[in-house]
Amino acid sequence: MSKELIRLIDCSMAFDDEIVLDSINLSIKNEEFLTLLGPSGCGKTTTLRIIGGFLQATSGDVLFDGERINDVPPYQRKVNTVFQRYALFPHLDVYENVAFGLRLAKLPEQEIDDRVTEMLEIVSLKGFENRSISQLSGGQQQRVAIARALVNRPKVLLLDEPLGALDLRLRKDMQQELKRIQQTLGITFIYVTHDQEEALSMSDTVVVMDRGRIQQIGTPEDIYNEPENAFVADFIGESNILDGIMLEDYVVKFFGRKFRCLDSGFEPNEPVDVVVRPEDVEIVSPEEGQLTGTVTSVTFMGVHYDTIVDFHGFKWLIQTTEHHNVDEVIGIRLGPDDIHIMHRSEYSGMFGDYSSYSEEYDEMNDPDLYPEDLSDESSDLEEETAEEGSET
Amino acid sequence: MIHTKRLATPYIVWMVLFTVVPLGIVFYYAFTDSITGQFTLENIVRIQSYMPIFIKSIWLALISTLVCLIIGYPVAYYIAQCPPSRQRLLYLLVMLPMCISFLLRTMAWVSLLDDTGIINRFIQAMGMKPLPLIRNNGAVVLGMVYNYLPYMILPLYSVILKIDSRLIEAAQDLGCNSPQVFTKVIFPLSMPGVISGFTMVFVPAVSTFYISQKLGSSGTTLIGDVIESQFKAAYNPNLGAALSLILMVLVFICIGITRRVSGTEEVAMP
Amino acid sequence: MKTFQRSFTYLVLLFLYIPMLVLAVASFNAGTDPAVWKGFTLHNYSELFADGVLLPMLLNSVIIAVLSSLIATVLGTMACLGMHDMKPRLRNMYMTVTNIPMTNPDIVTGVSLALLFAFAGTLLKMKSVLGFTTLLIAHVTFSLPYIIMSVLPKLSQMDPDLQEAAMDLGCTPRQAFFKVVLHEIMPGVISGALMAFTMSLDDFVISYFVYGPKFVTLPVEIYNYTKKPLQPKIYALFTLLFMVILLVMIIMTVLEAKDEKQQSQRRIAFRGRRKRKEVEG
Repeated sequence: MSKELIRLIDCSMAFDDEIVLDSINLSIKNEEFLTLLGPSGCGKTTTLRIIGGFLQATSGDVLFDGERINDVPPYQRKVNTVFQRYALFPHLDVYENVAFGLRLAKLPEQEIDDRVTEMLEIVSLKGFENRSISQLSGGQQQRVAIARALVNRPKVLLLDEPLGALDLRLRKDMQQELKRIQQTLGITFIYVTHDQEEALSMSDTVVVMDRGRIQQIGTPEDIYNEPENAFVADFIGESNILDGIMLEDYVVKFFGRKFRCLDSGFEPNEPVDVVVRPEDVEIVSPEEGQLTGTVTSVTFMGVHYDTIVDFHGFKWLIQTTEHHNVDEVIGIRLGPDDIHIMHRSEYSGMFGDYSSYSEEYDEMNDPDLYPEDLSDESSDLEEETAEEGSET
Repeated sequence: MIHTKRLATPYIVWMVLFTVVPLGIVFYYAFTDSITGQFTLENIVRIQSYMPIFIKSIWLALISTLVCLIIGYPVAYYIAQCPPSRQRLLYLLVMLPMCISFLLRTMAWVSLLDDTGIINRFIQAMGMKPLPLIRNNGAVVLGMVYNYLPYMILPLYSVILKIDSRLIEAAQDLGCNSPQVFTKVIFPLSMPGVISGFTMVFVPAVSTFYISQKLGSSGTTLIGDVIESQFKAAYNPNLGAALSLILMVLVFICIGITRRVSGTEEVAMP
Repeated sequence: MKTFQRSFTYLVLLFLYIPMLVLAVASFNAGTDPAVWKGFTLHNYSELFADGVLLPMLLNSVIIAVLSSLIATVLGTMACLGMHDMKPRLRNMYMTVTNIPMTNPDIVTGVSLALLFAFAGTLLKMKSVLGFTTLLIAHVTFSLPYIIMSVLPKLSQMDPDLQEAAMDLGCTPRQAFFKVVLHEIMPGVISGALMAFTMSLDDFVISYFVYGPKFVTLPVEIYNYTKKPLQPKIYALFTLLFMVILLVMIIMTVLEAKDEKQQSQRRIAFRGRRKRKEVEG
């Protein structure tokens, strides 16, 4: 079965005074496709580079096959990397680039030729041996980089946002191809990306990170259906996140109404974050609805309409295939499996309202919106909603 | 990556030893009496008598630099606009004189400008009286311009070349005609090259001694000549050191001024 | 406007080359005065080669130039590798020191080195310090900044991941340098070395202050010659030097232009040779 291949124990990384990784604990199994997912600056690339040996953790241990490898340099690790900008050697052609690692290992010429030819075939670059790097397209360079890494038969392949520079359709094709290669060769892939769709479609395990900490580890389905905090809920897909109170197991109250849900294990009357996915909301007439609200904007997205609805001053995103008019009053119904409950965290109150899609837009319009010290802000909000809760 | 910083250590040791320390020694000699070896300000005081020579050096160097700028700018501009193959050829032609002995090239001007030189023989053959073309300030300036013109052209050329053509297009799009494109976009953007060229001409010009020796007279003795004679003829290294010190200060001031004017720390390399 | 610029440029070029033409013509002159043409002769050239003093000086200059540019290239390239890794503050300090010989007038550099050597002489209780070593030291010193200015930009322009990629694939840092980094910075190294070589060959002012009687370079010797009325064999020397340097520069420029084409052609040919060997063998 699958055994543990890599383990990070309490790894922290600090650059001067800045803490980039805060006590990361991670276990990576043999033959799994694991993705480190998060916004830029969350520490995912740093984690990857620590595993690769290009950075040394300020504290903590990195174990490979049970052995501590903190001090082992990258050229001695059984790990290879596919770099974000490919890092192909310009003075060598495709063949020599791919053969580079094999030549260093001083393998016999015939074996080098066999393995390089085989690998070029796997990445669909047969016949490209003599091309110079500058003559290749982005996608082709990408595949040379992959071939160059894999030809050395490493136990682990590290991929640092390798598909970022490709256009959309090619990216989707390459995602499938990478997954296929990984499963065929049975190599552990550790993949870094900020694109959550990419992470969900390729991975066996997703590790969501923010600000140097792991927010959640799970399968793609788990991460999507059962996010553990507001950050994960907001980062993966679109989410409406509301303040609510867990009255008792399976019963939550928000907007002054009680709703049945599927979650349990919370304290009675615990303030919680409530997640409702836009595609799970059923629109009905105002009389039939559990809640009523006013439509404030409708955007045609092709597959569905992005409909922004105002409920008591809080804007929801509802994705529906029917068109509704602006200023129309509508009702909504939520079934128990449409509602997901999360514990409150430092992220509560930061996400989930659809006055705008992005933080940056909010900031642009109101520079005082997100003051420097975020910890003060969330505690203010908690006090507010606690008062609200006691009123209703 | 790992521990490569130490690779630079031999270099910095060498540079400190052979660049910084010698300057310190100049300092030391400047403030030392030549006979007794005691600390003295006398060398500095004696500099006062050389003030006219300093001023003449600066003056002639400034004129030469300006002439170089006026002549050199159109040339650099033209070369930058040529197709790449012609550019390479022209660049080569401008650079070539720099690589060949400036002593001999200066001597060539002597034989051109001399009273019995080529130009005067030509003039005499036409029936006119010979002109005093040599042993005056004009000849010295000519010599300086001739020797240092490439040092102005090459940095200008390399900076003008790098000007993003899209900036020119943007200016035209916003309504500039050709002269305006030059004054509002190209010339301001070429300033780093102008500064660089200015420095690379002024510094050698103000400190030269050979050009003034050959093309000038006793009336055009420059500070370089004085320093040279202190070291080679009348062996007074202390005075020579003091004069060198002032020259250095002068150069630093010049560079400081140009940096302040341009607001940039970079030196454009040809 | 363009035609004015063009004619002006060629006029300036003419201005730059006329004196050199004068000397070249004078080298074939039977008379000693360049202003007076006394007939065509190659006599000056034969005198030049017969001269037992000038040509050895040329050799001295070449020796110093080769040695000093080699030493400067190695020292300077190592320095660039180190500087590339430094934090901006430390790197700026190094750059300030690097700029000193470039911004100082030659005469100050020459004088300061002469004083340094005199000082060292009194310390080591040596009578005459100046000689081959001092000359070499001086030439390396003024060449170093040009190596740095040539190589460092190439290092900055290099894809920073390349070195890591090499190490990822199994290179020790040393191997990564020789197999990958060096190839990337080679154009800078070569142009820096050539610049150092040329500057060393041509240097007069600095050499003038630090040379010793037993090892004289050509420019210094020429200076001594120019103190007396010039002998025509000097013109011959100049013309020869001019021809050689012209040739070298033409070759360099042509090589630069053809370099890219040659490299890719070579690769394809080599691969073809390989495949043929496989089929045959």
